Amino acid sequence: MIINGIAIDDTFAEAFPMKATRVIITALNLEWAYHAARAMSGFATSVIACGCEAGIERELLPEETPDGRPGLSVLFFAMGGKGLTKQVQTRAGQCVLTSPTSALFAGIDEGKPIPLGENMRYYGDGFQISKVIGGKRYWRIPVMDGEFLTEEATYMVEAVGGGNFLILAESQPQALAACEAAIAAMKKVPNVIMPFPGGVVRSGSKVGSKYKGQNASTNDAFCPTIKGMTKTQLSPEIESVMEIVIDGLTKEDIDKAMKAGIEAVCELGAEKGIRRISAGNYGGKLGPYHFHLREILA
Amino acid sequence: MTGNPLTLTLKSEPPRRVDLSPLSGLPHLTAGEVAALKLWMGKRTLRVDELFEVSGEDTSRLVIKNSCAKLDYIGKDADAVEITVEGDAGAYLGRGMKSGHLRVTGNAGLFAACELRGGLVQIDGNAGDFLGGALPGNKRGMRGGRVLVKGNVGARCGDEMRRGIILVEGDAGDYCASRMIAGTIAVMGQTGAYLGYALRRGTVMLWQSPQSIPPTYGDCGTHTLAFLPLWFSGLKDLDSRFAEPDSAFNRVRKYGGDMASTGRGEILVRA
Repeated sequence: MIINGIAIDDTFAEAFPMKATRVIITALNLEWAYHAARAMSGFATSVIACGCEAGIERELLPEETPDGRPGLSVLFFAMGGKGLTKQVQTRAGQCVLTSPTSALFAGIDEGKPIPLGENMRYYGDGFQISKVIGGKRYWRIPVMDGEFLTEEATYMVEAVGGGNFLILAESQPQALAACEAAIAAMKKVPNVIMPFPGGVVRSGSKVGSKYKGQNASTNDAFCPTIKGMTKTQLSPEIESVMEIVIDGLTKEDIDKAMKAGIEAVCELGAEKGIRRISAGNYGGKLGPYHFHLREILA
Repeated sequence: MTGNPLTLTLKSEPPRRVDLSPLSGLPHLTAGEVAALKLWMGKRTLRVDELFEVSGEDTSRLVIKNSCAKLDYIGKDADAVEITVEGDAGAYLGRGMKSGHLRVTGNAGLFAACELRGGLVQIDGNAGDFLGGALPGNKRGMRGGRVLVKGNVGARCGDEMRRGIILVEGDAGDYCASRMIAGTIAVMGQTGAYLGYALRRGTVMLWQSPQSIPPTYGDCGTHTLAFLPLWFSGLKDLDSRFAEPDSAFNRVRKYGGDMASTGRGEILVRA
């Protein structure tokens, strides 16, 4: 398959079941909602060492948020419910409770609860007040800037993590430009995040290493500077490869995001130095979700 | 079930008070069975159809027409039943009601919505003392649900209230929110003496400045509270002035107390 001069590999991305939740952060204005959301979703690029994968899903208008202020929805993904609960609680307490004018609400209303105010209320040292509004419990915790308002809990659902595709280009600036175009298109798709910096990862990894105790190492088959020294997947004209990883609430959400991203790259075409689109997998035996590039684009 | 709601029209005002609590859980009965139910009046019993004209067949909805203030315990322990009372209701209206919708177009007597557990009790007229309170000797009043009174309420509104919301469009009598444990009481009109007496936790929300703030309350200053818009949005489904955008506010003068008790409650006065 060739679109606009760009070859689409006959391969697939391999993804895994994860647990996910969404929270809504509001603040006096969008800038301060971003401060809280960026802090809460910081250091959450990969479950390999961060404990969870997180990202800002989208901006919310005041009429879309529970308290009528501007806000952001943030998605969190982890391999298990216990880990997700720990990460969300820790991050809520250290990053949102602390952020001026912020308030924190559930973004998913069914599933297993992840405590928010249920535990953070103890910070109020007895001065906290609960209010049940529309069947949901909220906590008002007195803090130095006024009151921190938070919902009792958010809820976790089954999700999918690790959808991906690789952009192979003739130069590093061209690969990056293609990634930026893809991310811009993918950010319009709901229920997904691209957890790496700016949505893009340049250090795709393979399982295992020559070194003991190292579980993951550089994906040498896609590293352009060593293509003459290893069993490479790259043709001579490829000078830079970048990857976009997608976590989504459902497989269909990831399908849509991958389609939007790859189509945005293909629109740039071969004349912008993009030569191939590929995807990362582990032979198809580890992850139950397979995203075949040619099927998604068909 | 579909069809017309079961309608009981009072033939004439009874000589003594009547206990209507057997009429709370009707959905499993037919209209004929309801007509044969026995009600206590003083020390004797009488059949429902001796007191009321019975019509309609949908027993999940009950309408009491021509009602008077001698009909007690309407909606007692009711669950998922829609009850409309056209006229006045006696004492203990909606006592311990679990869910559903109970509406009185006239006034209600003592202990309306006392020990309420859920649902909505709406009184278009006035309500007597101990609205949403606890029965004498009991230590827990209303513990869930919402009560809306469009008129005035008597003394001891929300006495020992544990959870839920009481909304009063008119005035509240003395000892409003006395011994309150938690929950919210909102009063648009005036309040009487001893407001929030021995209140432990919970919120009293006022549209008018009270006669005086009890000396056992501490002035916490004027604040914009983020939960208030959210709280008002939870009232939008009501047929009430509380649902109107002009009634909502988010800036209040806060008084914390009652320091003579647990002292973790608050009186919020619209600023």
